[in-house]
Amino acid sequence: MAVTAGGPTEENPWGAAPGRRRRKLTLDRALFMTVFLGLPVAVFVIFVVVPIGQALFYSLTDWTGFSPVMNFVGLDNYAKLLHDETFLKALRNNVLLTIVVPLVTLVAALAIAVVVTTAGPSTGQVRGLNGSAFYRVVSFFPYAVPAVVIGLLWAQVYDPAAGLLNGMLTGIGLDGFKDYAWLGEVRAAMPASMFVMIWANIGFYTVLFVAAIKGVPAEIYEAARIDGAGRFRTAISITLPSIRDNVQTAYIYLGILTLDAFVFMAALNPGGGPANSTLTMSQHLLNIAFKKSQFGYATAMGVVLALVTLLFAALVFAVFHFAGGRDKKGDVRR
Amino acid sequence: MSTVTLDKPVAARSGGQRRTPGDALVAGTSHTMLIIWSVIVIVPFCWVVLSSFKTSKEILSSPFSLPAEWSFENYTSAWTKAGIGTYFFNTVIVVGTALVLVMLLGAMCAYVLARFEFFGRNFIYYTMLGGLTFPVFLVIVPLFFVLQGFGLLNTLPGLILTYVAYALPFTVFFLYAFFKTLPDDVYEAAMMDGAGEWRTFFQIMLPMAAPGMAGVAIFNFLGLWNQFLLPVALNTQRENWVLTQGMASFSSQAGYNVDFGALFAGVVMTVLPVLVVYLIFQRRISGTVSTGTFR
Repeated sequence: MAVTAGGPTEENPWGAAPGRRRRKLTLDRALFMTVFLGLPVAVFVIFVVVPIGQALFYSLTDWTGFSPVMNFVGLDNYAKLLHDETFLKALRNNVLLTIVVPLVTLVAALAIAVVVTTAGPSTGQVRGLNGSAFYRVVSFFPYAVPAVVIGLLWAQVYDPAAGLLNGMLTGIGLDGFKDYAWLGEVRAAMPASMFVMIWANIGFYTVLFVAAIKGVPAEIYEAARIDGAGRFRTAISITLPSIRDNVQTAYIYLGILTLDAFVFMAALNPGGGPANSTLTMSQHLLNIAFKKSQFGYATAMGVVLALVTLLFAALVFAVFHFAGGRDKKGDVRR
Repeated sequence: MSTVTLDKPVAARSGGQRRTPGDALVAGTSHTMLIIWSVIVIVPFCWVVLSSFKTSKEILSSPFSLPAEWSFENYTSAWTKAGIGTYFFNTVIVVGTALVLVMLLGAMCAYVLARFEFFGRNFIYYTMLGGLTFPVFLVIVPLFFVLQGFGLLNTLPGLILTYVAYALPFTVFFLYAFFKTLPDDVYEAAMMDGAGEWRTFFQIMLPMAAPGMAGVAIFNFLGLWNQFLLPVALNTQRENWVLTQGMASFSSQAGYNVDFGALFAGVVMTVLPVLVVYLIFQRRISGTVSTGTFR
């Protein structure tokens, strides 16, 4: 992950306490550490680490879950995936989601964050727009609402006959949208679903970027202003480079979310949408596993999903690393 | 936003609060955009609240009018007939217990990792970090059978333990940073006074980490309350359902016999607790984000 602060490799901030880590191991201390570390690690190992190991193994078998019999089939499941049209369609949908949703969300969140922090009057202290606290509170709110409920809510908004959206569109005279099924048309279902995911996430990332921008020393903004930089120039040349680590982390988080995308899609279009146009890998996996009982095959999908996620994270790291390199504005950061 | 203002440094130095035409233009455009955005966020919620007071027939026939009469019938029918009441209590039990457990275990683990030097410390830390990035879908099938093996499948304790395990990496990761920053002197002093490791943790270090604990607890609450995938796969018996499952069952009901009134009322009842938590703690949430890992 991009987050390194607080990692164990970090220098001890109280460098002058050399005795701290070399205390004698008394019985009391040994017991304390065993219990304190043992309990959480045990829970973690049983419910997270062991299943991951099992997943790798099951994906190489033809296990159905109901009989103890399972044959080792090598990479057959993975070969089968390459010819599973539905899975490939779902994969393409996920990739599309992962390209569009993070991009739009982050650009919008950055724009809002920049405006509420640094787009205030150009005289006096560098500050945000008046009333920015209100916008922050409002736009963060969808993050607090369960994703299922957001999906349900928007499914109602998109409803062809009684939905809010068509009601408003026909209300302003666009009669073509009367009874238009936003989630039922192949062309509209995916963009409509994407909008919901973007809607739900902008607020969280706005708050994140606002916090990051506030960490940039004000003198830099003042210096830029004295040099005659306008707001747009300041945003591109000062703000963006200063918070690029945050943008990178946010991109990865959002990518993980869209590669999964299960909750939103399950609530908006439980069946995968018209002609599978909004089907995701995760929905397909659950169907194959718990409806068709092909557990070996389903775990192979899980492994592919994990690999795609790792690949995506590596790609984002690489892009951020090479585009702009280690920028020289590094010392801008707090 | 893209306006380049023409201020000269002189204007900045003169210090007053005068607004240049550029300022007004930027402020105007920004406010307009932000207000449009706020409307897009708020209006769907208002519409849901309004609709929750109408009858299902009214919702379909005149979706945008005010309710003919303000009745709470949808709420009672969602609470009893659609089972939202049961799901609500299940959710409170599961989320409450899991939250207490994960905060305790997470604090214990983070404390030892952050403040003691021992063999394998980095290994444990990075394994936990890895747990943050793996998609739950990779493990959902084996997890099903792990729980079955313990006889915990489709039970609330099973769900609680799973919640704890999957909220643990996040909790440890954040609290690690907080425990790392606590000054050593206090610990030394407590030791000197003969407090012992256990008392030092529970009476000195844990209370000192309270601000960090509160922030992480809020995020865990929101995350667990909204959890959907784990219960859908691991908790399939209807009487054990949590709220999100109950809500999702509305959308998978076929055709037009969906009780829309109860649906809208259910949405309101699911959102209300999180809204209250959010509004009370929104300042702290922003604070946690800023002091958290993203640096």
